[in-house]
Amino acid sequence: MSTFARVLVERLRREPDAAALVLQFARQPERIVTVRGLLRAAAGWQRRLAENGIQPGEVVLLILQHGSDLVEAYFGCVLNGSIPAIMPFLTEKLLPERYRAELTALVDVTRPAAVVTYADFEPEVRAALGEETSVRRVMVADGAPDLPAEPDWESLPGLRRQPDDIALLQHSSGTTGLQKGVALSHRAVLRQLEVYAAALRLDPARDVIVSWLPLYHDMGLIASFLMPLLLGVKLVLMSPFDWVRAPYRLLQSISAHRGTLTWLPNFAYNFCAQKIRDRDLQAVDLSSLRGVINCSEPCRAESHAAFAARFAAWGLNPAALMTCYAMAENVFAVTQAGLDGPVRLDVIDRDALQIERVARPASGNGRAALTMVSNGRPLPNVAVRIVDAEGNELPERSVGEIALRSDCMLTEYYRRPDATEQAFLLGGWYRTGDLGYLAEGELYVSGRKKDLIIVGGKNIYPQDIEAAASQVPGVHPGRVVAFGLFDEAAGTEEVVLVAEVDAAGEGEREALAEAVRQAVTRSTAVALRQVRLVGPGWIIKTSSGKTARLANKERYLNEIVKGDA
Amino acid sequence: MDDTFSILSRHISTVILKQPNRKIRYDEALISSGLIDSFNLVDLALYVEDTFGVRIDDYELNADTFDTLDQLVELIHTRRE
Repeated sequence: MSTFARVLVERLRREPDAAALVLQFARQPERIVTVRGLLRAAAGWQRRLAENGIQPGEVVLLILQHGSDLVEAYFGCVLNGSIPAIMPFLTEKLLPERYRAELTALVDVTRPAAVVTYADFEPEVRAALGEETSVRRVMVADGAPDLPAEPDWESLPGLRRQPDDIALLQHSSGTTGLQKGVALSHRAVLRQLEVYAAALRLDPARDVIVSWLPLYHDMGLIASFLMPLLLGVKLVLMSPFDWVRAPYRLLQSISAHRGTLTWLPNFAYNFCAQKIRDRDLQAVDLSSLRGVINCSEPCRAESHAAFAARFAAWGLNPAALMTCYAMAENVFAVTQAGLDGPVRLDVIDRDALQIERVARPASGNGRAALTMVSNGRPLPNVAVRIVDAEGNELPERSVGEIALRSDCMLTEYYRRPDATEQAFLLGGWYRTGDLGYLAEGELYVSGRKKDLIIVGGKNIYPQDIEAAASQVPGVHPGRVVAFGLFDEAAGTEEVVLVAEVDAAGEGEREALAEAVRQAVTRSTAVALRQVRLVGPGWIIKTSSGKTARLANKERYLNEIVKGDA
Repeated sequence: MDDTFSILSRHISTVILKQPNRKIRYDEALISSGLIDSFNLVDLALYVEDTFGVRIDDYELNADTFDTLDQLVELIHTRRE
């Protein structure tokens, strides 16, 4: 078993002049980076890290926009044997104070030795660190320093890492204080890549991966960044910031580089189908695509159908539409569907699912049915079972929590032994927190055990939203509930918030609703779809005083939505 | 000028924000405040193009090009001339 740095240096010896990476950013010329170019720049970063006293095994936090600095500094950490962790950059939506609090919390748990950021963001970072911080250096990205000569690769500290050393941290988006960094070893990541690449029949001679996904998320970091760069598959990398403003760029890039594989969260199928104009698809040819892989949100048959119909005239093969169930704790993929025939659909009885928690094939007789999209079979090194609350295995087609066991699991939640222990059942089974069922060997995901809301592939914790809304004067603190509602048109969930207030006048209420929206957006970067203000006593609490989100969501749907009709 | 303003204002409140009663002021920050989500920017650009025949390129969809309705109205008028 090898390590990242060893794999990279072997690739350098094998194909120094191969195009490793194509960087595409709005208003910049496309940049092709060879294996040699990438590793030379990374070696420049390695030298800087070493000169700054950053040791192998220490965490380096990267706070950079998507671009060459981020890519080069990431592999600089690898060559230094340090542990890279990417933190999302501040967006316009988020209040700087809020971002600072998140950064402080992350640093407190992760205890990085260095932070790499831009010169103009350095004061922000320093303000978040406090006096007794673990961070010894804040390093500024101002382009990779040139190296005078070919580095002595074998002497780099990254080459002396062991397979079971931690290679990287992935931070699951979470509430402050619950910040969990998934620590993955070289062995686990390389094992996942080996197995997943075989499942995909990944071929460096033929495949090209195109991605706009953020690198602080497993789908972007593993499937669409480390897998191609470590396994020698050409990668075309764009920025999520550019893609969301111009989704057609993804399709133009696929066409220009004969892209074969791309991973998308479910909402992106709807977004592309709805927001791309024909005029931006002139001469676009999507016939090279053999896998458009839906992952990280519940997969919807309607989203696939809309995408397939919209782009059929541009050569999209409907057989390219695939699904995958993945999580950072397993490095990435748990299951994959669609490589041997179309992704299966399972039409089941809705009431049986919701009431009996059984996925019974729909009988037809006028009963409401649901179409479930298969996530496919587990990868050969992963075992999946469905368990009840006590961890007992449930039979086929029973809905329960999805548990998995593999030889590519996380080492730990970094410096969080409490969280690590909680996540596992006896025998090394990891509890995913997702609900689903198995049928004929394939996994179907039906929901979440926790109240997590997934909007556009991003995990959102309702308690964060409720806490932000509770801060607004006029809202009864703690008498607020947030939950997700699926939006068919968008192909993803939207967030609804209900808050108890005393305000009675219409103008007063509108102003208050607006204040709530602003407070939530600025502190969580979530745009609320609906804010409903209700009178005191509306919100249902459990006997222990907790907000019962599901009960409140049902009450909302019953009273408010029906009242509107 | 007023017409462009009211058309845009109505579109933003009813279609983008889905709050028909929401009044949008001339000088209210739309992008830097997070009022218009990044997912909605492409909608706004397509609407401006369809309604006023003015194309806003994707790299212009940020608060440096326009942040308020005032600035957006001006951008549209300048490009139509």
